[in-house]
Amino acid sequence: MKFKKKQASTKQSVPTASLPDIIFMLLIFFMVSTVLREFDVKVQFTLPAAKQIEKIDNKRIVSYIWVGRDGRVQVDDNLVLIPEIQNLAARKRQVIPNVIMSLRIDEGSKMGIVTDIQQQLRKGDALRINYSTLMKL
Amino acid sequence: MIRKRASRDVEIPTSSMADISFLLLLFFLVTTTIDVDTGIGLVLPPPVEDTEIVKVKTQSLIRVLVNAAGDVLLDDEVTSVQQIHEIVANKLRLNKKLIVSIKVDRETPYRVYIAALDEIKQAYNILREEYAMETFNLPLRNLTKAQMDEVREAVKQSISIAEPERTR
Repeated sequence: MKFKKKQASTKQSVPTASLPDIIFMLLIFFMVSTVLREFDVKVQFTLPAAKQIEKIDNKRIVSYIWVGRDGRVQVDDNLVLIPEIQNLAARKRQVIPNVIMSLRIDEGSKMGIVTDIQQQLRKGDALRINYSTLMKL
Repeated sequence: MIRKRASRDVEIPTSSMADISFLLLLFFLVTTTIDVDTGIGLVLPPPVEDTEIVKVKTQSLIRVLVNAAGDVLLDDEVTSVQQIHEIVANKLRLNKKLIVSIKVDRETPYRVYIAALDEIKQAYNILREEYAMETFNLPLRNLTKAQMDEVREAVKQSISIAEPERTR
């Protein structure tokens, strides 16, 4: 008797024709979710930690103010003086009406500087702020 | 005479398409930052010139004063930062309409201010947790969005950042 190995008549390779489509789908997801604008932070800071923190879901409406260990203040990509913040905040408010100013302030900073920045923001009518903090465990 | 057209394959080779899109995908994968910003949200009051100054009775205020050394004066009683949430929660339990006013010295470190603000937020959180237990018999994190809004409405946060005495 002759034994013949049964073999399926189908091709043995995984069909890869739809592979680009799948990859493109992933690609589009990442393209949409990426916010490319990254800032060159020129000041050194360590954020404080807190328990009752909330998330900012929409990164696009957030604008950052950094205050470094040495008391220098940075808005966007430039180091600024505190009296300049009013105009910057007002301009941001025009571009994004519901802007959230995220304050990334070094934990050792004096409150005087923080109060001064807040006064400037009030004058510039950017009233929604967020003290950026880390999660305290 | 009609020239015979050579029967060539006129398809664009698409086998490398996957590789190209993989490359793009990798680029976006590497550049994406998924981490979200976390922090303590606040809404500042409008500038002083535009608003009439509302006089608030001292009985309806919880005054939290923090000095440069990190000592806390809570309604004329000296405490520490870690105790704020208990005292404030107790006071709020008696009268929910109290406004918590926080005032800090210019020399106070930012970390102490954040800690104090965090403590006040915790006090409100304790009250919200209690309210949720009473009305829905569920802990705060198990509530639906509508229920959460109701709790937020019932236990409103009223934190006032005191007007600074001198600024630049």
